[in-house]
Amino acid sequence: MKRERAINAAVVLAMLVVPLWAWMADEPFILTLATKVAILALAGVGLNIALGLGGLVSFGHAAFFGIGGYAMGILASHVQSYTPLMEWPLLIEGSKSMPVIWVVAMMASGLAALVIGALSLRTSGVYFIMITLAFGQMLYYFAISWSAYGGEDGLSIYVRNGFPGLNTLDPVQFLLLCYAVLGVVLFGAARLARSPFGLALSAARQSAARVETVGIAPYRVRLVAFAISGAVTGLAGALYADLNRFVSPTMFSWHTSGEIMVFVILGGVARLFGPVAGAALYILLEHLLGGVSDYWQIWLGLLLLAVVLFARGGLIGTLAGREVAHD
Amino acid sequence: MTEVVLQTRGISKAFGAVQASTEISLDLRAGEIHALIGPNGAGKSTLIKQIAGNLAPDSGTVQFLGRDVTGLGTVARARMGLGRTFQISALAMEHTVLQNAVLGALGARGGVFRFFRDVMRNRELTEVAMQALERVGLQDQAATRTAELSHGQRRQLEVAVALTLGPRAFLMDEPMAGLGAEGSKHLTGLLDGLRAEAPILLVEHDMDAVFALADRISVLVYGRVIATGTGPEIRANAEVRQAYLGAEDAA
Amino acid sequence: MTILLFVEQVLNGLQFGVMLFLMAAGLTLVFGVMGLINLAHGSLYMVGAFAAAAVAGWTGSFGLALIAALAAAAAAGALIELVVIRRLYARDHLDQVLATFALILILSEGTRWVFGSFPLYLDVPVYLSGPVTLPGGIQYPLYRLAIIAVGLAVAAALFALIAKTRLGIQIRAGEADREMIAALGVDISKLYTAVFALGAALAGLAGALVGAIQSVQVGMGEPVLILAFVVVVIGGIGSIKGAFVGALLVGMTDTLGGVLLPQVFGLVMAPSEAAALGASLSSMSIYILMAAVLVVRPSGLFGAAA
Repeated sequence: MKRERAINAAVVLAMLVVPLWAWMADEPFILTLATKVAILALAGVGLNIALGLGGLVSFGHAAFFGIGGYAMGILASHVQSYTPLMEWPLLIEGSKSMPVIWVVAMMASGLAALVIGALSLRTSGVYFIMITLAFGQMLYYFAISWSAYGGEDGLSIYVRNGFPGLNTLDPVQFLLLCYAVLGVVLFGAARLARSPFGLALSAARQSAARVETVGIAPYRVRLVAFAISGAVTGLAGALYADLNRFVSPTMFSWHTSGEIMVFVILGGVARLFGPVAGAALYILLEHLLGGVSDYWQIWLGLLLLAVVLFARGGLIGTLAGREVAHD
Repeated sequence: MTEVVLQTRGISKAFGAVQASTEISLDLRAGEIHALIGPNGAGKSTLIKQIAGNLAPDSGTVQFLGRDVTGLGTVARARMGLGRTFQISALAMEHTVLQNAVLGALGARGGVFRFFRDVMRNRELTEVAMQALERVGLQDQAATRTAELSHGQRRQLEVAVALTLGPRAFLMDEPMAGLGAEGSKHLTGLLDGLRAEAPILLVEHDMDAVFALADRISVLVYGRVIATGTGPEIRANAEVRQAYLGAEDAA
Repeated sequence: MTILLFVEQVLNGLQFGVMLFLMAAGLTLVFGVMGLINLAHGSLYMVGAFAAAAVAGWTGSFGLALIAALAAAAAAGALIELVVIRRLYARDHLDQVLATFALILILSEGTRWVFGSFPLYLDVPVYLSGPVTLPGGIQYPLYRLAIIAVGLAVAAALFALIAKTRLGIQIRAGEADREMIAALGVDISKLYTAVFALGAALAGLAGALVGAIQSVQVGMGEPVLILAFVVVVIGGIGSIKGAFVGALLVGMTDTLGGVLLPQVFGLVMAPSEAAALGASLSSMSIYILMAAVLVVRPSGLFGAAA
């Protein structure tokens, strides 16, 4: 547990030192990469609440990532085109304000997770994996055919949305904003894991019968966890859309679900900083290997295979030993 | 007459052509240990599941604290104060012993949907949990991971978790199973003291424990209760001797 | 819509369903016997299609191409089973999902490495090209009819294999009880390799057959894989019969939904809106179908209760 803390500190340090160096060396691309790591890590932290703490292997978190992205895209595109989002029964305008977008993104993706979870949690095991995948695909095809918001081509947002008091067009400020969001969510996730809810959720993962026997319904606990998990991943989706100033159905694709899962696994399931380490490693590999070979995904695949077969527990698990911190 | 806490009234359950429970009527009275014995395949597990709420009977009712709970699930019955222990320990193995007990206290007191405060720093819950651990003699293992407990200690923890619920009745499914002589003796002493707190419906194979503990014994054979009575009455019952004790050399 | 058009769409749905069955059969067998969830099944479909396209390019023979597809996919399947998959049987589903996701990356990028990013084309052989006239005057492509025939024949052979042969008995025993089958003296690791290779060969065959209708390219297996999973889940994991029923259900829903829904909506709304809504609903329809099945029967139509 002590070692895990040291590793977490090292991860945080690297996340701070690298951009600092990039800023001084005037390497804006590295800053963008660091921002991407923070946002993808956030998506992973969301998934980790369901997957790590609750043992709910969702293969459909792209749904929430995409909904968050489209929440941003739709709100901003209406401002961009000077059209209201809705005129009847009440007038709703679009928005270019990040806080507003974030709240909408989290509410929309959390609500979607509540509905998808309510149906999916009736099943378990492989059926759960598959039904969450199917819901993700359902939304993917819906986004493709939703021509009002770009259909297959997606939506471009020309100017990054604003945050009160910040210039979000400055890569450093946007990076720090994303770091701040990640930090707040990590703090919340750490508290959640130790809270009454976290205790019940992780106990339900280990023995559903035990939880029932003390008078707690596992289904309700899991459903709430799934909704929280979806909302956090949705927030990451909104930020990711803002980073790229672009949303497209790809955000909903099952590859996205797989990648979010890979962040969590590469770093270490149920480790607080697992998704952060995993996302950082993934982006690092993408750029190191991508520079060496056009076919870098072969190497990524081999590495992932090696982690699953030989280094269970991921990066943090391998370095810190088997004990999981929140026990 | 003493108060009846838990009872089944003529419950029957069939799986296809197999009649697992036939017209079973049992009651559990305040202050007693009522043991349920029977050879393997007699339908004890099926009966336990119907009483706990995992299975719905085809006909008949289950009453708990004077209320018909036949339509309620396990969660609702647990919340009413039915403290259950499992034949095969169902505990959160990665959690510590104290965390398992705190989970019980949490379930009994509600407030699961709180997301921020450290549950292990909740004095109200940890005190209830520690008291329960002390009663079963696990207070020194509070910080141990449950997976590292011995088999007997897990049994004790099962009882401790049930205690945190402040139960109105215990439903114990073979608590002695797999325990050595020493472990059985220890647990027998513990259960002996519990009956004053809440009556125990005890399913058990360990005949020494059954005859030492039980105020009344019911014998289940092929899904039917063939006899109910005190230890000596059951020993003397011809039907029981023939159907059950004949097959197994009981104490 | 005319009856002729409707019959044509039903045939299209049947053809699609039969192809899905070839994919889903392997998936459901591997799951039923070994308890393994294999995302890389779509890659074996792709391997079959590429093998067929390459051999057809060299030899010009469609028959040889099909044989090559079967052989290449079976060999790839056996190799994957021996090197990676057998280490996963005892693991949880999460590990299986990730390891086979990694296999997709490796196989897709490996294929891109060998064959490049441009699609290959596999031509329908002359003797199967062109339309035929069916009773009632329906014109329908002969090749698609041939696919339906091949698919139904393979399905029949597979049912016979499971019901009648020694391998089939072992497979059924393996689904019921793994220890039992080991106790019977069956070499379980050989059985697993054989089942995996069989499933792979069926996927390769499907890839080759479809490759002559669509282009052969990297990533072609993924949409089919997802649909095959939907089929397996609707049918009930481990059930060949379920896979067959599920495949036809999904094939029909997908094909007919795309044609009928816009027309149904056209009755109550403007044509352009109806077309848009119909199109989006029809591409979602199979997932809606799956969700509906699982809500009513959480372990699929023919699945054993969990």
